[in-house]
Amino acid sequence: MKKIKINSNTLLLLITIALFVVMYAVGCILYSDKGFTNLQTFLNLLINNAGLLCVACGMTCVMLTGGIDISVGSLIALDCMLLAVGMERWNQNPILLCILVLAVGVVFGLVQGFCVGYLKIQPFIVTMAGMFFARGMTAVICTDQVSISNKFFVSLAQMKISIPFGAVTNRRGVLQIPFIRITVVIALVVLVLVFLMLRYTKFGRSLYAVGGNESSAVMMGLDVKRTKLKAYVLSSFLCSIGGICFCLNTMSGNVQQAKGLEMDAIASAVIGGTLLTGGVGNVIGSFFGVLINGTISTLVKTNGKLLSSWSSIAVAALLCFFIVLQSVFAKIKDSKK
Amino acid sequence: MDNNVILTMRGISMTFPGVKALDNVDFTLRRGEIHALMGENGAGKSTLIKCLTGINAFEAGEIHVEGIQGAVVNHSTLDAQKKGISTVYQEINLCPNLSVAENLFIGREPKNKLGFINWREMIKRSEKIMKDLDMPVDVTQNLEEYSLALQQMIAIARAVDMDCKVLILDEPTSSLDDSEVEKLFKLMNQLKAKGVGIVFVTHFLEQVYTVCDRITVLRNGQLVGEYPIADLPRVKLVAAMMGKDFDDLASIKSEEAPVFTDEDILIDAKGMSHKGTIKPFDLQIHKGEVVGLTGLLGSGRSELARVIYGADKNQTGVLKVNGKEIKVNAPIDAMNLGMGLLPDDRKAEGIIGDLSVRENIILAMQAKRGVFRLLPMSKQIEIADEYIKLLQIKTASRETLICQLSGGNQQKVILARWLATNPDFLILDEPTRGIDIGTKTEIQKLVLKLAGEGKSLIFISSEIEEMLRTCTKLAVLRDGEKVGEITESLSQETVMKAIAGGGDTNE
Repeated sequence: MKKIKINSNTLLLLITIALFVVMYAVGCILYSDKGFTNLQTFLNLLINNAGLLCVACGMTCVMLTGGIDISVGSLIALDCMLLAVGMERWNQNPILLCILVLAVGVVFGLVQGFCVGYLKIQPFIVTMAGMFFARGMTAVICTDQVSISNKFFVSLAQMKISIPFGAVTNRRGVLQIPFIRITVVIALVVLVLVFLMLRYTKFGRSLYAVGGNESSAVMMGLDVKRTKLKAYVLSSFLCSIGGICFCLNTMSGNVQQAKGLEMDAIASAVIGGTLLTGGVGNVIGSFFGVLINGTISTLVKTNGKLLSSWSSIAVAALLCFFIVLQSVFAKIKDSKK
Repeated sequence: MDNNVILTMRGISMTFPGVKALDNVDFTLRRGEIHALMGENGAGKSTLIKCLTGINAFEAGEIHVEGIQGAVVNHSTLDAQKKGISTVYQEINLCPNLSVAENLFIGREPKNKLGFINWREMIKRSEKIMKDLDMPVDVTQNLEEYSLALQQMIAIARAVDMDCKVLILDEPTSSLDDSEVEKLFKLMNQLKAKGVGIVFVTHFLEQVYTVCDRITVLRNGQLVGEYPIADLPRVKLVAAMMGKDFDDLASIKSEEAPVFTDEDILIDAKGMSHKGTIKPFDLQIHKGEVVGLTGLLGSGRSELARVIYGADKNQTGVLKVNGKEIKVNAPIDAMNLGMGLLPDDRKAEGIIGDLSVRENIILAMQAKRGVFRLLPMSKQIEIADEYIKLLQIKTASRETLICQLSGGNQQKVILARWLATNPDFLILDEPTRGIDIGTKTEIQKLVLKLAGEGKSLIFISSEIEEMLRTCTKLAVLRDGEKVGEITESLSQETVMKAIAGGGDTNE
């Protein structure tokens, strides 16, 4: 058998996974009476964070190139508003609207990617402009809260996909079969596809190369500009998929929707071991980052007495912990030389 | 085209702002030869190569590559690679965060039927490449795990594996030690046997005579000539590069050794040290004396100088300047006492690339005066012009950005910066590294001239010969400790013995 060598990056990933397991186990011990041990609690974690997971996958790809995309939260608001207004006011077909939303994502990404890759503008500035633009457009379309009552969309959102194991009977003696929603399937498919893309395609490896050393990537004959453009298109596209998932969860459009979601996505990626400087990271890490994020808020909610702000504080503490950990690892690596 | 010729460049010209970088240069490369491209700094070697690989656009001239109809113009490195021209630069252009295998194959990864990267195949082929080159590398590990020398070899391996007809090696040996250089030469000879044409750019004359078949010499952007190696002995090569008959370097030092008395002591260090870098040392430097610090790389030469200068804090012992005990806590204190330090890493610690030559020259002077007493512009211009002339700095104008100058000229600018402060004591850490032989001689002459004017200097260099020519006393360092001083019978042999240790040094 081949010996697997653990380098600092895989170690970071392992720490993230271990942290999630420990956190969840603590929840199970503390709140077993409140149903934390049920499989459904875990599945709810996935259901609630399906949209975020899609966004985090895209964010990871952009961060691998050393960039950042802070427009994703606003883009989700725009997506949801388009879907809600499209169905309720313009009476359009939901499937057509979904395709429109994805197309908007691609165009959005093309513009941002062009500015970053070809015009060499700071990604932070470009996507900040995108952030304001998308939020503004959302308000232009409609300033009200619009609820969705389209039959097809509602049935899609309420569709339960049963899991054949882990069923429990509740106190009233009713058998509860654990289920997931269609959004979870979408998000997990996205996760697997992005994972495969990062590992097994030329584009995926180019993302790492660009983030590792941009001028070397040029010298090695990679098209850095194009790679960056594609990264931002991918991010906005995955964000739009996330937007659809998000909409299926909330069933409404609202200007204030998904505010600060970009920061959750970045936090998840960083907790999952993605470096802000680029070149290091993996969507598996980001997946666990999202789960940790979700677990924290579930823990706070289940407790019931704590203010919800405590979940932000916990995320902040974790971020600090991981960033310090990363720099410690970098130091150790340097001192070895 | 001659059957054996695989690359011809004819009449290549190009201009940088204000400087004619290349003027009607020809270059011919034949199959299976190692061809040295020689010239002083700023002669146009790098520019010629960049024109060939598509990084710089040339204005006039033609490039022909064997097997390709018509004139070839490359627009990018990738373009050049596709035409069989691969380049390995002095700085390693690989990605440290990717595995060795990926660095070898990125951009041309083996794919399976579905179009996905075939990792197993990639690793297998990488292992074979590494084994063929006799390199002990685990190809699945990240590149950053390996030493610079190995990374350099991997960069070459990548270029070689791309089926290149023309391989350009731009100063590949500057970060390699002797045994690694040998390995590289073995590899070059293997490639030569396979019919690859190799362009070899280096500053090391010995290396040229070890492996090369032919030499093309450039000077000031113009072609001097192309010679078979046998027709161009070393002295003639140097003469061709410098454009004048080579006056023997050894003759620049005056015969009689100056005599110093205790009253002349300028710098008197007793028991100074910095934890972890240099153990306590004593050192006396007289007025007008040039003291060399010698030892292997990493033996504490630079570190000793940094403690005296206050760049690293002195933790024990005392420093007396002109007989008075003083405290140096930071470089500015040392500067106010009339000291100057020319650091060894001129890119990181010396030049400020985005400032002009003038601004770089007056920098130390201004720092000494403080922020609020700005040097008048007329004075700045006067000083800058004076030193540009004195040190013969080759620059388009005094307002040219220093990053556009060649390495040797950048070094002269930094030297000018310190000379402008009129120091009594100057530390030169590797002032001649990576610069051409002509400038080296000039700097050595300048050192002796400064000493003649009564200034004291510390001179640090890896080239013992250079130190023998300039220094009156050598301090020998080993493993972070000053182990001895040599004042009499300075010769290559005694110094080598002292550095190696176990020999008899005149303590």
